[in-house]
Amino acid sequence: MSSAAPVSELSNEQMNQWFDQRFAEKMAERQANHVPSMTIIATKGTLDMAYPPFILASTAAALGWEVSIFFTFYGLNLLKQNLDLKVSPLGNPAMPMKLPEGPTWIKGKEIPMPNSIMTLVPGFENMATGMMKKTMDQKGIARIDQLRELCVEAEVKLIACQMTVDLFDYGKEDFIPEIEEWVGAASFLPRAATADVNLFI
Amino acid sequence: MTENIHTLDTRGLSCPLPILKTKKAISALASGEVLEIKATDPGSVKDLDSFCQQTGNEMIASESVEDGFFFRIRKG
Repeated sequence: MSSAAPVSELSNEQMNQWFDQRFAEKMAERQANHVPSMTIIATKGTLDMAYPPFILASTAAALGWEVSIFFTFYGLNLLKQNLDLKVSPLGNPAMPMKLPEGPTWIKGKEIPMPNSIMTLVPGFENMATGMMKKTMDQKGIARIDQLRELCVEAEVKLIACQMTVDLFDYGKEDFIPEIEEWVGAASFLPRAATADVNLFI
Repeated sequence: MTENIHTLDTRGLSCPLPILKTKKAISALASGEVLEIKATDPGSVKDLDSFCQQTGNEMIASESVEDGFFFRIRKG
């Protein structure tokens, strides 16, 4: 296409061709400069549900994304100084129970455990948590406090829900100092509105 | 540039640690320097590929070896 011709002399077809080409260039340029972003809402405070937000956030940060996590309700437990997270097999029928130790034939077996038994056995939750932690350790899975620290290092923004703190009468001194903001939904949503990926966990 | 090869051992670690450790190790390198990574996590084969594509680094070798996987990445 001859670019020397004045705009008034271009035919419709030439104009369209010029626009399509320019548009494609601009879009490619925009995409190349675009930093992907992700916002996560973390609402659960159990050991099993602590993994998805921290794994996704730390990985996204490693890929160069901008990441924020909004911790609300039980999710706020994930920001406590002392992490004492448990896994609850109760009401979680899909959770397989496998023994981390013992002979191979028993290690590989999934042990079905009716809810009625879980509620009756004292200390069942602690036992399940211990089994889960042991299995994770053997498989080289990071501990939650490690993943959280990696998130902090990678500048993932940790945002705490102020309402939850008031609701459960938490003291701010119970939480890690790396929390960037204590805010409500109205402060978090504008950030979520411009993010490429929004997750509710 | 063979003198500028750095190594990272992620054997025994699971997702996402091999990626996070790679990212950390790569950040310390200068552009053009090479990082050699050992891993046992089968997921790291595709994940490190994706990492390189997203971060503008170049995967120059990705192999299955006796005790797992071996990667060579050149910093972009």
